[in-house]
Amino acid sequence: MDAILDEIIAKYNYWIYVVLMMIGFYAMIGKNNLVKKLLGMNIFQTAIILMFISSGVKKGGLIPIIDKQAALEQGVNSALINNPVPHVLMLTAIVVSVSVTGVALALMQRIHRRYGTLEENEILEKTQR
Amino acid sequence: MKKDYSLPQDRPIGPSLIIEVAVRTMIPFIQLFGLYVIAHGHLSPGGGFQGGVVLGASFILMAIAFDLKTSLRFFSLRANAMMASSGVFIYTGTGVLCALLGGLFLDYSAMDVLLALGPVEWRSMGVFIVELGVGLAVTAIMASLFWDLASGGDMEKGL
Amino acid sequence: MKRIALISTLLAGALLIWGTRDFPSWGDPNAPASRHVSPTYIEGTVKDTSIPNAVTSVLGDYRGYDTMFETIVIFCAGIVVISVLRRPGA
Repeated sequence: MDAILDEIIAKYNYWIYVVLMMIGFYAMIGKNNLVKKLLGMNIFQTAIILMFISSGVKKGGLIPIIDKQAALEQGVNSALINNPVPHVLMLTAIVVSVSVTGVALALMQRIHRRYGTLEENEILEKTQR
Repeated sequence: MKKDYSLPQDRPIGPSLIIEVAVRTMIPFIQLFGLYVIAHGHLSPGGGFQGGVVLGASFILMAIAFDLKTSLRFFSLRANAMMASSGVFIYTGTGVLCALLGGLFLDYSAMDVLLALGPVEWRSMGVFIVELGVGLAVTAIMASLFWDLASGGDMEKGL
Repeated sequence: MKRIALISTLLAGALLIWGTRDFPSWGDPNAPASRHVSPTYIEGTVKDTSIPNAVTSVLGDYRGYDTMFETIVIFCAGIVVISVLRRPGA
């Protein structure tokens, strides 16, 4: 019982993000409307971004903006400053998420113009006829 | 995309004095804040992408509060395309310039031969120039994405 | 269809939570993410590049190549939306 409680306290942030990821995953595969699938993908990407950012935190850490005078005089203790590398990688991930959402919405407008509907089963019927 | 305006609840609200006056007052401050976030990427959280999104959001606000044509009057489609292309050109051009002046690609300390500030200071200046390019590109693309998606291709009627 | 989706979602979630047994604890300063190249960036950001913001110096200077391709990605997304949606006569 103690071991399980220790495990929960050490890793509960990953579990929360796994739950959010699974909500997005269910929306992507379980829903019929194309816009709902796209929003599920957005939720999935947001959960991944949050998980990476939370993996770079250190206990008692300060933000990665360093006081210039103190750093030039004394030097920087890198065990007290949060890791800046996940923040950088996730900036790219956010931009990719916005780009994919924009292109997907444009394609959905063309699909609606061509078939008149955005439900997946109706589109499959129309293309197989 | 054809819209059906027969029911009264589907018709657009039309011009409203409160929205026009409030948005006309707010937009210059939003743009100034966007430029502040781009320029202060070195000292506080911010940088090219964040400031570019705020600046692009000011044009989207203009398109939502007034008309799509009003927003196009202030930021024409031709200027939009030129701003996006020049943003990418500034970034890649800085890299090629550093390679031509003797260093590696995107090695900003090689630009020391142009203006003698010291290689460490030139790295900071190089990041600033590059963030400016990124900010320009992101601004133009945010506004262009909204205009295309909201009007469905022809820029006659927006949201 | 919805039942298959629900069962596979729960199965995937259970597998992921079982996979977090190997992860480092939250807030561990000796985690592998913070040990190999990250202290070099934190200590070198004021000495080598004179930028106090570690995130901007990693984004623009140490990893500037990735940022260049990312700007090209968002430019390509704008071009794609223009070419898919714009009709002549506008």
